Amino acid sequence: MGGGDSAGRLVRPFALTGGRTRPSRADFTLIATVTAVDPQPVAAAPVQPEYTRILRLCAEPLAVAELAARLDLPVSVVVILLCDLLEAGRITVRPPRLVSRTTPDLDLLKKVRDGLGRL
Amino acid sequence: MAGSDVATDASSAPDTVKILIAGGFGVGKTTMVGSVSEIAPLRTEEPLTMAGLGVDDLDGIEEKRATTVALDFGRITISRDLVLYLFGTPGQQRFWFMWNDLALGALGAVVLVDVRRPESSFAAIDFFERRGIPFVVGVNGFHGDHPYPPEDIRDALAVPEHVQVLLCDARERESCRDVLIALLDQLIATAVQT
Ligand SMILES: Nc1nc2c(ncn2[C@@H]2O[C@H](COP(=O)(O)OP(=O)(O)O)[C@@H](O)[C@H]2O)c(=O)[nH]1
Ligand SMILES: [Mg+2]
Repeated sequence: MGGGDSAGRLVRPFALTGGRTRPSRADFTLIATVTAVDPQPVAAAPVQPEYTRILRLCAEPLAVAELAARLDLPVSVVVILLCDLLEAGRITVRPPRLVSRTTPDLDLLKKVRDGLGRL
Repeated sequence: MAGSDVATDASSAPDTVKILIAGGFGVGKTTMVGSVSEIAPLRTEEPLTMAGLGVDDLDGIEEKRATTVALDFGRITISRDLVLYLFGTPGQQRFWFMWNDLALGALGAVVLVDVRRPESSFAAIDFFERRGIPFVVGVNGFHGDHPYPPEDIRDALAVPEHVQVLLCDARERESCRDVLIALLDQLIATAVQT
Protein backbone atom coordinates (compact mmCIF):
# COMPACT_ATOMS: atom_id res chain seq x y z
CA MET A 1 0.00 0.00 0.00
CA GLY A 2 1.50 3.32 -1.04
CA GLY A 3 1.10 6.64 0.69
CA GLY A 4 -1.01 7.92 -2.19
CA ASP A 5 -4.26 6.29 -1.13
CA SER A 6 -4.34 7.89 2.28
CA ALA A 7 -7.18 10.20 1.33
CA GLY A 8 -9.13 7.22 -0.02
CA ARG A 9 -8.78 5.39 3.28
CA LEU A 10 -10.63 8.18 5.03
CA VAL A 11 -13.61 8.05 2.80
CA ARG A 12 -14.03 4.41 1.95
CA PRO A 13 -14.97 2.92 5.33
CA PHE A 14 -17.77 5.40 5.81
CA ALA A 15 -19.19 4.52 2.43
CA LEU A 16 -20.23 1.28 4.16
CA THR A 17 -22.37 3.26 6.58
CA GLY A 18 -24.06 5.28 3.87
CA GLY A 19 -22.04 8.28 4.96
CA ARG A 20 -23.16 8.10 8.58
CA THR A 21 -20.33 8.99 10.94
CA ARG A 22 -22.13 8.76 14.28
CA PRO A 23 -23.68 5.65 15.89
CA SER A 24 -27.38 5.70 16.78
CA ARG A 25 -26.74 4.13 20.20
CA ALA A 26 -23.96 4.02 22.77
CA ASP A 27 -23.94 0.28 23.53
CA PHE A 28 -20.93 -0.67 21.47
CA THR A 29 -17.90 0.27 23.51
CA LEU A 30 -14.53 -1.35 22.71
CA ILE A 31 -14.93 -4.38 24.95
CA ALA A 32 -18.68 -4.85 24.75
CA THR A 33 -19.28 -8.37 23.43
CA VAL A 34 -21.46 -9.03 20.45
CA THR A 35 -23.20 -12.32 19.64
CA ALA A 36 -25.25 -13.20 16.56
CA VAL A 37 -28.80 -14.25 17.35
CA ASP A 38 -29.32 -17.90 16.48
CA PRO A 39 -31.47 -18.61 14.60
CA GLN A 40 -31.52 -15.32 12.75
CA PRO A 41 -34.92 -13.59 12.60
CA VAL A 42 -36.73 -14.22 9.35
CA ALA A 43 -36.69 -10.83 7.73
CA ALA A 44 -35.33 -9.19 4.66
CA ALA A 45 -31.61 -9.90 4.82
CA PRO A 46 -29.36 -6.85 4.80
CA VAL A 47 -27.66 -6.94 1.45
CA GLN A 48 -24.30 -5.49 2.40
CA PRO A 49 -21.66 -8.23 2.66
CA GLU A 50 -20.18 -6.53 5.75
CA TYR A 51 -23.31 -7.40 7.72
CA THR A 52 -22.91 -11.04 6.75
CA ARG A 53 -19.24 -10.99 7.68
CA ILE A 54 -20.05 -9.50 11.08
CA LEU A 55 -22.74 -12.09 11.75
CA ARG A 56 -20.36 -14.89 10.80
CA LEU A 57 -17.56 -13.55 13.02
CA CYS A 58 -19.81 -13.17 16.04
CA ALA A 59 -21.44 -16.57 15.81
CA GLU A 60 -19.47 -16.90 19.05
CA PRO A 61 -19.32 -13.88 21.40
CA LEU A 62 -16.72 -11.39 20.21
CA ALA A 63 -15.60 -8.00 21.56
CA VAL A 64 -16.24 -4.95 19.38
CA ALA A 65 -12.52 -4.14 19.14
CA GLU A 66 -11.72 -7.68 18.00
CA LEU A 67 -14.49 -7.58 15.47
CA ALA A 68 -13.11 -4.34 14.03
CA ALA A 69 -9.58 -5.72 13.87
CA ARG A 70 -10.73 -8.89 12.11
CA LEU A 71 -12.85 -6.93 9.65
CA ASP A 72 -9.94 -4.53 9.13
CA LEU A 73 -12.33 -1.64 9.62
CA PRO A 74 -12.21 1.27 12.06
CA VAL A 75 -14.13 0.72 15.30
CA SER A 76 -16.09 3.89 14.55
CA VAL A 77 -17.42 2.29 11.35
CA VAL A 78 -18.12 -1.13 12.81
CA VAL A 79 -20.09 0.41 15.67
CA ILE A 80 -22.49 2.05 13.21
CA LEU A 81 -23.04 -1.25 11.40
CA LEU A 82 -23.60 -2.99 14.74
CA CYS A 83 -26.32 -0.48 15.62
CA ASP A 84 -28.12 -1.49 12.43
CA LEU A 85 -27.81 -5.18 13.29
CA LEU A 86 -28.99 -4.65 16.86
CA GLU A 87 -32.01 -2.70 15.71
CA ALA A 88 -32.79 -5.49 13.23
CA GLY A 89 -32.73 -7.98 16.12
CA ARG A 90 -29.83 -9.90 14.61
CA ILE A 91 -27.30 -9.54 17.42
CA THR A 92 -27.20 -9.17 21.16
CA VAL A 93 -24.68 -7.04 23.04
CA ARG A 94 -23.27 -7.54 26.51
CA PRO A 95 -21.79 -4.47 28.18
CA PRO A 96 -18.37 -4.71 29.89
CA ARG A 97 -18.16 -5.21 33.65
CA LEU A 98 -18.77 -1.96 35.45
CA VAL A 99 -15.69 -0.67 37.21
CA SER A 100 -16.41 1.62 40.12
CA ARG A 101 -13.64 3.51 41.90
CA THR A 102 -15.80 4.31 44.92
CA THR A 103 -17.08 0.77 45.51
CA PRO A 104 -14.54 -1.55 43.86
CA ASP A 105 -15.62 -5.10 43.12
CA LEU A 106 -13.17 -7.07 45.24
CA ASP A 107 -14.41 -10.39 43.96
CA LEU A 108 -13.80 -9.37 40.35
CA LEU A 109 -10.32 -8.05 41.15
CA LYS A 110 -9.40 -11.30 42.88
CA LYS A 111 -10.62 -13.32 39.93
CA VAL A 112 -8.43 -11.32 37.55
CA ARG A 113 -5.49 -11.56 39.97
CA ASP A 114 -5.85 -15.35 40.24
CA GLY A 115 -6.18 -15.73 36.49
CA LEU A 116 -2.97 -13.78 35.93
CA GLY A 117 -1.27 -15.92 38.57
CA ARG A 118 -2.08 -19.00 36.50
CA LEU A 119 -0.40 -17.63 33.36
CA MET B 1 -37.29 -12.08 19.94
CA ALA B 2 -37.91 -12.61 23.61
CA GLY B 3 -38.18 -9.67 25.97
CA SER B 4 -39.28 -6.11 25.43
CA ASP B 5 -35.88 -4.47 25.65
CA VAL B 6 -33.73 -4.74 22.55
CA ALA B 7 -31.58 -7.74 23.36
CA THR B 8 -28.84 -6.09 25.40
CA ASP B 9 -27.36 -9.21 26.88
CA ALA B 10 -26.12 -12.58 25.76
CA SER B 11 -25.78 -14.93 28.67
CA SER B 12 -23.17 -17.06 26.94
CA ALA B 13 -20.89 -14.05 26.40
CA PRO B 14 -18.05 -13.62 28.90
CA ASP B 15 -17.65 -10.59 31.13
CA THR B 16 -14.92 -8.29 29.89
CA VAL B 17 -12.52 -5.94 31.64
CA LYS B 18 -9.58 -3.90 30.38
CA ILE B 19 -6.23 -2.54 31.44
CA LEU B 20 -4.34 0.20 29.59
CA ILE B 21 -0.66 0.00 28.74
CA ALA B 22 0.48 3.60 28.49
CA GLY B 23 3.68 5.62 28.23
CA GLY B 24 5.62 7.66 25.70
CA PHE B 25 6.30 6.79 22.09
CA GLY B 26 8.53 3.73 21.65
CA VAL B 27 8.72 2.72 25.32
CA GLY B 28 7.58 -0.85 24.57
CA LYS B 29 3.80 -0.72 24.92
CA THR B 30 3.01 -2.80 21.85
CA THR B 31 5.82 -5.18 22.80
CA MET B 32 4.31 -5.69 26.24
CA VAL B 33 0.82 -6.27 24.89
CA GLY B 34 2.26 -8.90 22.54
CA SER B 35 4.28 -10.58 25.28
CA VAL B 36 1.31 -11.42 27.51
CA SER B 37 -1.53 -11.64 25.00
CA GLU B 38 -2.84 -15.10 24.12
CA ILE B 39 -3.44 -13.92 20.57
CA ALA B 40 -1.10 -12.04 18.27
CA PRO B 41 -1.77 -8.37 19.07
CA LEU B 42 -4.62 -6.97 17.06
CA ARG B 43 -4.73 -3.51 15.61
CA THR B 44 -7.42 -1.16 14.45
CA GLU B 45 -6.87 2.13 12.68
CA GLU B 46 -9.19 5.00 13.37
CA PRO B 47 -9.64 7.85 10.91
CA LEU B 48 -8.51 11.02 12.62
CA THR B 49 -11.19 13.24 11.15
CA MET B 50 -13.70 11.28 13.20
CA ALA B 51 -12.09 12.60 16.32
CA GLY B 52 -12.52 16.14 15.17
CA LEU B 53 -8.92 16.86 14.26
CA GLY B 54 -8.48 19.36 11.49
CA VAL B 55 -6.25 18.53 8.57
CA ASP B 56 -3.74 21.13 9.78
CA ASP B 57 -3.20 19.05 12.89
CA LEU B 58 -1.95 16.19 10.78
CA ASP B 59 1.32 17.91 9.93
CA GLY B 60 4.32 16.00 11.11
CA ILE B 61 2.64 12.70 11.87
CA GLU B 62 4.49 9.75 10.37
CA GLU B 63 3.85 9.90 6.68
CA LYS B 64 2.10 6.57 6.18
CA ARG B 65 -0.20 7.00 9.13
CA ALA B 66 -1.08 10.53 8.27
CA THR B 67 -4.81 9.96 8.38
CA THR B 68 -5.27 7.33 11.05
CA VAL B 69 -4.28 6.53 14.60
CA ALA B 70 -3.52 2.91 15.42
CA LEU B 71 -4.78 1.09 18.47
CA ASP B 72 -3.05 -2.14 19.53
CA PHE B 73 -4.63 -4.61 21.87
CA GLY B 74 -4.38 -8.14 23.15
CA ARG B 75 -6.44 -10.58 25.15
CA ILE B 76 -6.01 -12.81 28.22
CA THR B 77 -8.76 -15.29 29.02
CA ILE B 78 -8.97 -15.27 32.82
CA SER B 79 -11.67 -17.93 33.02
CA ARG B 80 -14.54 -19.22 30.91
CA ASP B 81 -16.65 -16.25 31.89
CA LEU B 82 -14.06 -13.49 32.23
CA VAL B 83 -11.75 -11.99 29.60
CA LEU B 84 -9.13 -9.29 30.14
CA TYR B 85 -8.18 -6.96 27.29
CA LEU B 86 -4.96 -4.98 27.20
CA PHE B 87 -4.95 -1.77 25.19
CA GLY B 88 -1.76 -0.01 24.21
CA THR B 89 -2.48 3.72 24.20
CA PRO B 90 -1.35 5.78 21.22
CA GLY B 91 1.95 7.34 22.29
CA GLN B 92 2.02 10.84 20.85
CA GLN B 93 0.34 13.47 22.93
CA ARG B 94 -1.71 14.68 19.99
CA PHE B 95 -3.65 11.42 20.18
CA TRP B 96 -4.66 11.88 23.76
CA PHE B 97 -8.21 12.70 22.89
CA MET B 98 -8.52 8.91 22.53
CA TRP B 99 -7.25 8.23 26.02
CA ASN B 100 -10.39 9.46 27.73
CA ASP B 101 -12.48 6.90 25.87
CA LEU B 102 -9.90 4.19 26.44
CA ALA B 103 -9.64 4.92 30.14
CA LEU B 104 -13.40 4.84 30.68
CA GLY B 105 -14.22 1.65 32.57
CA ALA B 106 -10.60 0.44 32.76
CA LEU B 107 -9.50 -1.43 35.88
CA GLY B 108 -6.30 0.57 35.82
CA ALA B 109 -3.14 1.17 33.84
CA VAL B 110 0.50 0.24 33.48
CA VAL B 111 2.70 3.23 32.66
CA LEU B 112 5.77 1.94 30.88
CA VAL B 113 8.93 3.97 31.24
CA ASP B 114 12.01 3.70 29.05
CA VAL B 115 14.81 3.77 31.57
CA ARG B 116 16.97 5.82 29.17
CA ARG B 117 14.42 8.64 28.78
CA PRO B 118 11.90 8.53 31.63
CA GLU B 119 10.63 12.02 30.77
CA SER B 120 8.81 10.58 27.76
CA SER B 121 6.32 9.00 30.17
CA PHE B 122 5.80 11.99 32.48
CA ALA B 123 2.70 13.06 30.60
CA ALA B 124 1.13 9.60 30.91
CA ILE B 125 1.69 9.62 34.67
CA ASP B 126 0.06 13.07 34.88
CA PHE B 127 -2.91 11.85 32.88
CA PHE B 128 -3.74 8.96 35.24
CA GLU B 129 -2.94 10.91 38.42
CA ARG B 130 -5.23 13.77 37.48
CA ARG B 131 -8.11 11.46 36.71
CA GLY B 132 -7.61 9.26 39.74
CA ILE B 133 -7.06 6.19 37.59
CA PRO B 134 -4.93 3.65 39.47
CA PHE B 135 -1.64 2.68 37.85
CA VAL B 136 1.71 1.02 38.41
CA VAL B 137 4.97 2.00 36.73
CA GLY B 138 6.90 -0.60 34.73
CA VAL B 139 10.47 0.41 34.01
CA ASN B 140 11.45 -1.22 30.73
CA GLY B 141 15.18 -1.89 30.83
CA PHE B 142 15.59 -2.29 27.08
CA HIS B 143 18.96 -4.01 26.91
CA GLY B 144 17.85 -6.12 29.82
CA ASP B 145 19.74 -3.54 31.84
CA HIS B 146 18.53 -1.89 34.97
CA PRO B 147 21.15 0.70 35.84
CA TYR B 148 19.00 2.38 38.52
CA PRO B 149 17.18 0.90 41.50
CA PRO B 150 13.38 1.38 41.48
CA GLU B 151 13.56 3.94 44.29
CA ASP B 152 15.75 6.27 42.22
CA ILE B 153 13.30 6.02 39.36
CA ARG B 154 10.40 6.66 41.72
CA ASP B 155 12.12 9.85 42.82
CA ALA B 156 12.81 10.91 39.24
CA LEU B 157 9.16 10.33 38.32
CA ALA B 158 7.84 11.78 41.59
CA VAL B 159 5.15 9.12 41.91
CA PRO B 160 3.47 8.72 45.29
CA GLU B 161 4.41 5.96 47.71
CA HIS B 162 1.32 3.83 47.07
CA VAL B 163 2.17 3.52 43.36
CA GLN B 164 4.40 0.54 42.73
CA VAL B 165 7.48 0.97 40.55
CA LEU B 166 8.74 -2.29 39.03
CA LEU B 167 11.70 -3.13 36.86
CA CYS B 168 10.60 -5.17 33.87
CA ASP B 169 11.42 -6.39 30.39
CA ALA B 170 8.61 -5.77 27.92
CA ARG B 171 9.80 -8.69 25.79
CA GLU B 172 9.41 -11.23 28.59
CA ARG B 173 6.03 -12.78 29.21
CA GLU B 174 6.63 -13.54 32.90
CA SER B 175 7.99 -10.09 33.53
CA CYS B 176 4.92 -8.44 31.95
CA ARG B 177 2.60 -10.78 33.81
CA ASP B 178 4.26 -9.76 37.09
CA VAL B 179 3.68 -6.09 36.33
CA LEU B 180 -0.02 -6.81 35.74
CA ILE B 181 -0.19 -8.83 38.96
CA ALA B 182 1.37 -5.90 40.83
CA LEU B 183 -1.36 -3.64 39.46
CA LEU B 184 -4.06 -6.07 40.59
CA ASP B 185 -2.47 -6.41 44.04
CA GLN B 186 -2.47 -2.63 44.31
CA LEU B 187 -6.13 -2.47 43.24
CA ILE B 188 -7.05 -5.18 45.74
CA ALA B 189 -5.18 -3.40 48.55
CA THR B 190 -7.14 -0.23 47.79
CA ALA B 191 -10.43 -2.11 47.56
CA VAL B 192 -9.88 -3.76 50.95
CA GLN B 193 -9.36 -0.34 52.54
CA THR B 194 -12.54 1.05 51.00
N1 LIG C 1 16.06 -4.28 23.17
C1 LIG C 1 14.79 -4.04 23.51
N2 LIG C 1 13.96 -3.55 22.58
C2 LIG C 1 12.68 -3.32 22.91
C3 LIG C 1 12.20 -3.56 24.23
N3 LIG C 1 10.89 -3.19 24.27
C4 LIG C 1 10.58 -2.75 23.05
N4 LIG C 1 11.66 -2.83 22.22
C5 LIG C 1 11.75 -2.39 20.84
O1 LIG C 1 11.56 -0.99 20.82
C6 LIG C 1 10.75 -0.59 19.72
C7 LIG C 1 9.51 0.13 20.20
O2 LIG C 1 8.71 -0.76 20.93
P1 LIG C 1 7.12 -0.72 20.84
O3 LIG C 1 6.61 -1.83 21.68
O4 LIG C 1 6.66 -0.67 19.43
O5 LIG C 1 6.84 0.69 21.53
P2 LIG C 1 5.47 1.49 21.69
O6 LIG C 1 5.57 2.69 20.80
O7 LIG C 1 5.48 1.92 23.13
O8 LIG C 1 4.34 0.60 21.35
C8 LIG C 1 10.42 -1.86 18.95
O9 LIG C 1 11.32 -1.97 17.90
C9 LIG C 1 10.63 -2.97 19.98
O10 LIG C 1 11.01 -4.17 19.37
C10 LIG C 1 13.12 -4.09 25.21
O11 LIG C 1 12.78 -4.35 26.36
N5 LIG C 1 14.40 -4.31 24.78
MG1 LIG D 1 2.92 0.85 19.84
